[in-house]
Amino acid sequence: MQKTLFDKIWDAHVVTTAEGGQEVLYIDRHFIHEVTSPQAFAGLRARSLPVFRPAQTIATADHNVPTKNQHLPIEEPLSRSQVEKLTENCTEFGVELYGLGHPYQGIVHVIGPELGITQPGQTIVCGDSHTSTHGAFGNIAFGIGTSQVEQVLATQCLLLKKPKRMRITVDGRLAPGVLSKDIILYIIAQLSAAGGTGYFVEYAGSAIRALSMEARMTICNMSIEMGARGGLIAPDETTFDYLRGRAFAPQGAAFEAAVEQWRELYSDPGASFDQEYQFRAEDIAPMLTYGTNPGMGIRISEVIPTAPTPGDSVASFSKSLEYMGFDPGESMLGKPVRYVFIGSCTNSRIEDLRLVAQFVQGKQKAAGVSAMIVPGSQQVAKQAQAEGLDKIFAAAGFDFREPGCSACLGMNEDKVPAGEYCVSTSNRNFEGRQGPGARTILASPLTAAAAAVAGEIVDVRNWGIEN
Amino acid sequence: MEKFTTIRSTAVPLPNEDVDTDQIIPARFLKATTRDGFGDNLFRDWRYHPDGATRTDFVLNNPLYTGQILVAGKNFGCGSSREHAAWALGDFGFRVVVSSFFADIFKGNALNNGLLPVQVSPDFLHDIFTAIEIDPKSGFTVNLENQTFTINASGKTETFPIDPFRKTCLINGYDDLDFLLSLRGEIEAFEQRA
Ligand code: SF4
Repeated sequence: MQKTLFDKIWDAHVVTTAEGGQEVLYIDRHFIHEVTSPQAFAGLRARSLPVFRPAQTIATADHNVPTKNQHLPIEEPLSRSQVEKLTENCTEFGVELYGLGHPYQGIVHVIGPELGITQPGQTIVCGDSHTSTHGAFGNIAFGIGTSQVEQVLATQCLLLKKPKRMRITVDGRLAPGVLSKDIILYIIAQLSAAGGTGYFVEYAGSAIRALSMEARMTICNMSIEMGARGGLIAPDETTFDYLRGRAFAPQGAAFEAAVEQWRELYSDPGASFDQEYQFRAEDIAPMLTYGTNPGMGIRISEVIPTAPTPGDSVASFSKSLEYMGFDPGESMLGKPVRYVFIGSCTNSRIEDLRLVAQFVQGKQKAAGVSAMIVPGSQQVAKQAQAEGLDKIFAAAGFDFREPGCSACLGMNEDKVPAGEYCVSTSNRNFEGRQGPGARTILASPLTAAAAAVAGEIVDVRNWGIEN
Repeated sequence: MEKFTTIRSTAVPLPNEDVDTDQIIPARFLKATTRDGFGDNLFRDWRYHPDGATRTDFVLNNPLYTGQILVAGKNFGCGSSREHAAWALGDFGFRVVVSSFFADIFKGNALNNGLLPVQVSPDFLHDIFTAIEIDPKSGFTVNLENQTFTINASGKTETFPIDPFRKTCLINGYDDLDFLLSLRGEIEAFEQRA
């Protein structure tokens, strides 16, 4: 029978089927962080259970950590206690921790791939919805709740109903100045913030194939923003080249043997999907969100719609625009911006930083703009320094920080003040996501960098971008 | 987990759509290391002004509306996987959330915590909101055994879907972990095969 890539991986991981049809899925890799794991460890303790397969769980501290002076104790007592709790739990239960100060520390979805822990064909979970990022390597990766973190710690399994399959094909060539972030914002704007609920998405097509691994991760990362549990891309030479030589990838002959197996990971021609969509790369332009969910996006040259997109009510649409301080029918070009955030598991990898550096080199951020760049991991930070990107950022007036989730969710002190606009490379523009009252505009790293330089929203295509 | 039986209660209406988990419990309140006390910060930024003063226009601050049932617009619980959202709703006193559409992860988290997500048709959801509008003290009955939600005043009833395994778990107060732990032998055998 013709099988989709998703089915191939899923079926290979089913331990047994429970009464009622739910399946017990075996989990290969489990990532944990300080915010969604403490109650899971407490649950194990309450039942006197050990971690079943400690070598398959990797921990890091990212959500709550400061992005300045990470060598000093965390000042905020609650954040500090949560990070300390993680260390205690990992020590007690024998889980490897890449905590603050460790050369591998970073945002959980950045470190898994860069260390080569994330590999094709695996099942991967984490108590974080953007676990979908890892799917870029051709695996089944999805976010789970804390009760499920406890289940995986205790049994390395989850009880799940198999999602439906969707394929999204993007063919053609992206125009200069248009990045993979724009592809995914465009797709979500077309399908809405709930359009993928119940599905696992495979991204395919020539425009996807042409992307680097890092750009593919940006796409899979935001699958959850259309409600899909995860997204995946069939592995290919780009994937294998990326993984070759990474710290935890198989090495030498073992790597070549693994590649032979990974080559089997594709959807068979004629395999059937429950839902299919096709888009053309030429239709995609730099994107912006104008509202308070990631489905409320427009091409930068368009105006804010005058009516809600199908499926949303007038009341929600108006409430959203009121929160953002925008009027229906107006253009966002020229809107003054005082905050720019470049970071998060969506866009904080070395390629993102290189693009931004290339753009801002020889330019200056506009007066009065606060522009923060937060690398996704220690390794990204180190690489950026080795390439001198930190100097370029400093010369342009950008604040290059230490790794963490930072202003993506405003759990640490990196927040956007109430009422202020922030052009952000993160993945969620929910009310208050970047701080109470903050107004988030999601965009690509190039659009964000250009906003910092111009002090307002500009179309980066008018700035002589070649790519 | 507390066993789930039939619930008869008034309901709190929250017609907003796409209520995301950042609204249900903002990230800055996720710093606790236990499951308790999240109800205090449920819908924090909709319930309170930045200076801590109560927002009198928010439904949870309106004494007219009380009960164990929250009725919300579609795509409830989208966004982050934080189970703290389900804990906060439960800690506040809700046992049931009704909507015409739930985000996946939230639905699973709710079920794992004895909070029942009841998915009804958009028309029936509208009927529920209307019933509350006519009478804020309008009563509703949630019967998990029969999978029915009833508007007591009119007797209008709709059945709702739930996975049979989840239903058994809720009724008996079991959780997935009890089941998974019972499969240890099979899990080890799978590891040998794989
Ligand atoms: S960067 Fe943002 S979206 Fe990514 S894991 Fe951290 S908080 Fe979540």
